[in-house]
Amino acid sequence: MKDTVRDISLQHQRRENGLMLALASPALLVILLLVVLPVGWLAWQSIYHDGFTLENYRRIFSEDIYWRSFALTFEISLLVTLLALLLGYPLAYAASVASKGWSIVILALVVLPFWTSVLVRAYAWLALLQRTGVVNQFLRQVGAIDEPLALVHNTFGTVVATLHILLPFMVLPLYATMQKIPRDLLQAGASLGAGPVHAFWRIFLPLSLPGVLAGGTLVFVLSLGFYITPELLGGGRTIMVSMLVSRNVELYDQWGAASAVGVVLLIAVAAIFVAVSRFVPLDRVLGQK
Amino acid sequence: MTIESLCRRRLLGVSFGVFVALLSLPASADQITFVSQGGAYQKAQTIAILDPAASRLGITVNQDSIPDAWPVIKSQVASGKPTWDVVDVPTGYCLRGGEQGLVEKLDFSKLPNGAAMPEAYRSAYSVAYEFYSSVLAYSQKKYAAEAAPNSWADFWDVKKFPGRRALRNHPIATLEAALMADGVALDKLYPLDVDRAFKKLEEIKPNITVWWTSGAQSAQLLNDGEVDMVMAWNGRVSALVNEGAKVGFTFNQGVLQSTSLCILKGAPNLPTAVRFLNEAVDPVNQANLPLHIDYGPANPKAFDTGVIKPERAAQLPSAPDNAGKQALMSYAWWSSPSGEAAEKRWVAFMQK
Repeated sequence: MKDTVRDISLQHQRRENGLMLALASPALLVILLLVVLPVGWLAWQSIYHDGFTLENYRRIFSEDIYWRSFALTFEISLLVTLLALLLGYPLAYAASVASKGWSIVILALVVLPFWTSVLVRAYAWLALLQRTGVVNQFLRQVGAIDEPLALVHNTFGTVVATLHILLPFMVLPLYATMQKIPRDLLQAGASLGAGPVHAFWRIFLPLSLPGVLAGGTLVFVLSLGFYITPELLGGGRTIMVSMLVSRNVELYDQWGAASAVGVVLLIAVAAIFVAVSRFVPLDRVLGQK
Repeated sequence: MTIESLCRRRLLGVSFGVFVALLSLPASADQITFVSQGGAYQKAQTIAILDPAASRLGITVNQDSIPDAWPVIKSQVASGKPTWDVVDVPTGYCLRGGEQGLVEKLDFSKLPNGAAMPEAYRSAYSVAYEFYSSVLAYSQKKYAAEAAPNSWADFWDVKKFPGRRALRNHPIATLEAALMADGVALDKLYPLDVDRAFKKLEEIKPNITVWWTSGAQSAQLLNDGEVDMVMAWNGRVSALVNEGAKVGFTFNQGVLQSTSLCILKGAPNLPTAVRFLNEAVDPVNQANLPLHIDYGPANPKAFDTGVIKPERAAQLPSAPDNAGKQALMSYAWWSSPSGEAAEKRWVAFMQK
């Protein structure tokens, strides 16, 4: 009797898995055709050009500029992620505790930049931060400075604009997670004697960690690939990995040189996540069994 | 058969015939796809060269535009079925395309206009199309007319000409400027002494505020006062002057550069493309170009047609007086191994 019940439930389980797979297969097919295959083809080109060759990779690991560029890219991405967290967490918290009307307003303001293209936003930052721009003019008028500050055409301008563009990617996952945290837990903590700060630290913050991880991952990975913003606002000196890819497309007569850079970046990011998952119990944080 | 079915059959037959006739009509009209760099430049070309050529030859010229055509040329030819026919790109790309088998070899017996042009203006794969210059442009607000910088040595002299500077984030023309600042004569630049050029660039590097990447950026930097001196393309600076901006430039020690026309290998409309190319470098069509934009026609015979007035000719980069003051860019050197090595060295130089 027990066996037949187990068999039936196994059958149901398998049917359900099959159904899930069938429902997901159109999307999986799209991803396979449009992402996996082209990226795989490009990666193949990086090791095969008139015969197997590791020349592209030898160049990347021996020439100084590649190391420096990777280091700078990771530095900037890390900085942007931390700043996005610092700015985004209070924003998401405000949106989650505010009344319905106000939370809509806050979220709308956060999402509004999505309606303008990245190029327009980068140029807008240029207009704000340049020597004769709005910020400098204002500071000179109030007498805070005599000479305009160099706020753009350097790493500072790049970081500011990247942060602005990626902030929604931090706020929205955080908000989604915070929304699900039951307020009663905080009340229960208070009833057990926890002050507001203590309650936040021991109850709210740990429960919001999945959102922090999701938002942080998104912001970090996206900023690694940023191209237009450092190109326009970096003054030519902020050489991120994406600009190396575009240079290699110009300089070498096969795609392999450029795609090798992309492959190295992909492997580096994967390695980082594997390393992080050793120290952070990801399944527990992400709420899986 | 009834009368109705007979009428219906005839109607069907007639309409089918008309349908087939309509289908075949577009196929019989000749056409090509022409690609340039867009913007004001392409608009000027359309009025001066493309429309007249299309109507003279009785063909349709479909246009496309892109700031950097090289990656697309590579991928189109690699696919085996390119959609572009004729491209207007920096001459170096045509030369490199010829070396890599991406561009058709030209049969000059079918290109009388091209064959009549000077040797230096054409190659086995390309014909020069228009000339532009990289020049020293400066803010007239910062530098009064008498004390304006007039040479690359002045650009490098931060004591006599204090101020912020910008150069292009690319070695082409920038290395030439560095060598001229170091005292090399205009006609003795090639082959470039790359080590000497980079050493000279290291001197000025701390004073470069921005390394620009697009023509519009170079103009905007000068116009907004972000920098006081810049090496920029003359057409962009002239556009600023025409708008009333207080900027000036000098052809002295400029670098005369050209874009050329070449035909993609395996182009879909090869015979028509060749006819079009010949028409595009016709002296009369070429002479019309400077009427709409500050670039010089490549065909020297254009200056003999009488279409270009002397005052206008004086403003053009390829006019004999101005050309004499400038260094003619050697695309052959830049597509040689030394040129490619210099390009690769540039990124390392920028990062230090």
